[in-house]
Amino acid sequence: MGIKNPFIDGEVLSFTSPPFSPCDSLCAPPLLRAFFWLVSLLLASLVWFISVQISNKDSAAQQKGLLIFGVVLSVLLQETFRFAYYKLLKKANEGLLTLSQEETMPISIRQLAYVSGLGFGFMSGAFSVVNILADSVGPGTIGIHGDSQHYFLSSAFMTMAIILLHMFWGVIFFDGCERQRWWAVAAVVVSHLVVSCLTFQNPQYVGSLVPTYVILLAMAAWAFHTAGGSLRNLKLCLTCKDTDFLLANHRPR
Amino acid sequence: MNASDSEEDSYDERTALVPSENPVLPSYRPEPDLNPPLDPPTKRFGVSGRAGTAPVDGGGGGSDQEADVDEEELTLKYGAKHVIMLFIPVTLCMLVVVVTIKSVSFYTEKTNQTLIYTPFTENTASVGRRLLNSVLNTIIMISVIVVMTIFLVVLYKYRCYKFIHGWLILSSLMLLFWLSFMYLSEVFKTYNLAVDYPTVGVIIWNFGTVGMICIHWKGPLQLQQAYLILISALMALVFIKFLPEWSAWLILGAISVYDLVAVLSPKGPLRMLVETAQERNEPIFPALIYSSAMMWTVGMASPPEAQRSGQETDEEAEQSSRRAEPENRQSQLFPEDDLEEDRGVKLGLGDFIFYSVLVGKAAATGGDWNTTLACFVAILIGLCLTLLLLAIFKKALPALPISITFGLVFYFSTGFLVQPFMDNLAAHQFYI
Repeated sequence: MGIKNPFIDGEVLSFTSPPFSPCDSLCAPPLLRAFFWLVSLLLASLVWFISVQISNKDSAAQQKGLLIFGVVLSVLLQETFRFAYYKLLKKANEGLLTLSQEETMPISIRQLAYVSGLGFGFMSGAFSVVNILADSVGPGTIGIHGDSQHYFLSSAFMTMAIILLHMFWGVIFFDGCERQRWWAVAAVVVSHLVVSCLTFQNPQYVGSLVPTYVILLAMAAWAFHTAGGSLRNLKLCLTCKDTDFLLANHRPR
Repeated sequence: MNASDSEEDSYDERTALVPSENPVLPSYRPEPDLNPPLDPPTKRFGVSGRAGTAPVDGGGGGSDQEADVDEEELTLKYGAKHVIMLFIPVTLCMLVVVVTIKSVSFYTEKTNQTLIYTPFTENTASVGRRLLNSVLNTIIMISVIVVMTIFLVVLYKYRCYKFIHGWLILSSLMLLFWLSFMYLSEVFKTYNLAVDYPTVGVIIWNFGTVGMICIHWKGPLQLQQAYLILISALMALVFIKFLPEWSAWLILGAISVYDLVAVLSPKGPLRMLVETAQERNEPIFPALIYSSAMMWTVGMASPPEAQRSGQETDEEAEQSSRRAEPENRQSQLFPEDDLEEDRGVKLGLGDFIFYSVLVGKAAATGGDWNTTLACFVAILIGLCLTLLLLAIFKKALPALPISITFGLVFYFSTGFLVQPFMDNLAAHQFYI
C-alpha cells in the first residue's frame, strides 16, 4: 500500500493552506528585473561604444557630448525595459490566474511593482557604486589632484537616492500602466531624465544632490499615495493598531 | 613543471566524475501512475538517507488521478520553490569562490604549472599560436572528460559498484584533505597568521572526516549540502588557478555543448546513466549530486487516514517543502522519520563547479566588479530558465548550456562595452 500524498488529492488541495507562499514569487522577479536592467545597459553601452569609435577621439568636448547622449539614451532604454517587464509580468500573472482558477492572484500587482522596482534599483545602484566601494578599501587619498574631497560621500548619497527612486518609480509606473494613466508614466520618465541630467553638474554637489532629494521626497509621497496609503494609515501602522494589516498577517492583536 | 602524478590521477577522477553529473534530475513528480514500492529496496546504492531519484518517490503513488490543470498548477507553484532552493547554494558557491579570488592572491598568480590536460602553453608571441594552443588544450580536456564519463557509465552498466565507490571515495578524500589543506595554508599566508602544524592537522582531520561521513554515509542534510558546496568551490578554485586564460573560456563553451549532447541525445552517456539508474530504481552516486531535499527511509504501510503530513519538526520543516501547515499526528503508528519523501531538485556538482569557474574567472581578470555581478546575474537567470524548462518537460535536462551561454555573453559584452561606459560615467560622476 503506497503512501498517499494528501496534497495531490483534488479537493484537499484547495482547502489546505497553499503550500506555496508569496515569498517564492517575490524572490525571482527582482533577479529578472536586474537582468532586464543589465540588458538595457548593454544596449546603451553598445550604441555609445559604436558612436565613440566613429567619432573624433581627441576632442574632449565631443567625448563629453557623446557621454551625455549615452546617458540620455540609457535612461530611455531603462524605462522602455521597465515597460516591457510590466507587460511580461502581466502576461505571466494572467496565465497563472487562468491556470489556478482562483479568484485573486496570490501576489498583487502592487507588491510586484515594489519588488521589481527594488530589483531595478538594486542593480542600478550596485553597478554605480561597487567599483567605488572596492577602490575605497585600497590605499589612496581622495581628491589628491584637486578634485572634490567628498567623492565617496556624495556617491553614497546619490546611489541611495537612485535606488529609492527606482523603487518609487516602479510603483508609480506600474500603477499608471494599470490604470492607463499615461501622464503618470510620462512623469516617471521625465523625472528620471531630470535626475540623471542633474548629475551632469557634479562635482557641484549642491546643484545635483539637493534637487535629487527633493524629487525623491516628492516621488515617495506620490508612490505612497498611489499604493493606497494616507496619513491615517500611516498613523495606524506606526502605532501598531492597524487591524487589517494584523489580521492579514495572522498576528494576535 | 607539470602537476605531480597523484595530483593528475585525482584530477583525472574529479574532472571526469564531476561533469558527468550535469543533468538536473526532476526528482519531484506528482504522477499518480507510479507504482508504490511494495518492499523497501534492500540494496540502495550509495547511502540511505541521501538523495533519491524520481521513481523512488512514493509520495505520488496511490493517489487519484488528478486533472492536468492541477498538475500544471502544482508544477508551476513548486517550480518557484525549487528555483529558490537552488539559487541559494549556487549563490553561496559563487560567493565563496569570488571572495577567495579577491582576497587570496594565490589563486590569481601567474604560474607555469599547468594541469597535465592542458599541456600547451599560452605564453606565446603571436595571437594565432596562442589561439591554436588554446583550441588544442580544449580538445584534450574535453576528450579526457568524454572518455572518463563513458568509462564511468560502462562501469555502472556492468554493476562494478565497488570500483565506482572506491573511485569516488578516493577523489573526495583528495578534495577534502589535500585541497582544503592547500586552501587553508594559502589563507594563512595571505593574512600572515602563524599556525602550527598540529593545530592545522587537527582542523583538517576533523573537517575531512566529517566531510567523508556526511557525503558518503549519513549526516544532517544541511551539513552535507555545505560540504558539497565547499568541495565544488575548492575544485573551481583549482580550475581557475591552473587553466590558462583562453583555454578556460573555450573549455567552458565546449563543455556546455558536450553537456547538451550528452544529456539530450539518445546515445549520450549521461542520458544512459540517468536511464539506467531509473530502471534499477537506484539513486545516482550521492557524492556527485547536490540534493535540496532529504529522502527518508521508507516506512511500513499505514492506513490512508493515518498518513497525515506530519508534525513539523525542525528537520522536516526544511525538507517538507509542501507542508505549509503543521498538522497533528493522528496516528502513532510510525515515528516521524519513516515517511518516504523526496521533494527536492537535484543539481550535479559539475554544474556548481563550472558556474563558479565562470564567475571566478570574471572576478580574477580585470578586477572589475561590474563584470562579476553581470555574470552572476546571467548565470542565475540561466538557471531559472533551465528550471522552468524542467518543470515543463519533466525529464533530465542539462543545466550548463543556457547559464554558461548567458554568462559568456555577458562576460564579454560587459567587459568590452559596458565597462568603458561605466568607467567614464564614474569618472564624471554621472548617474544613469
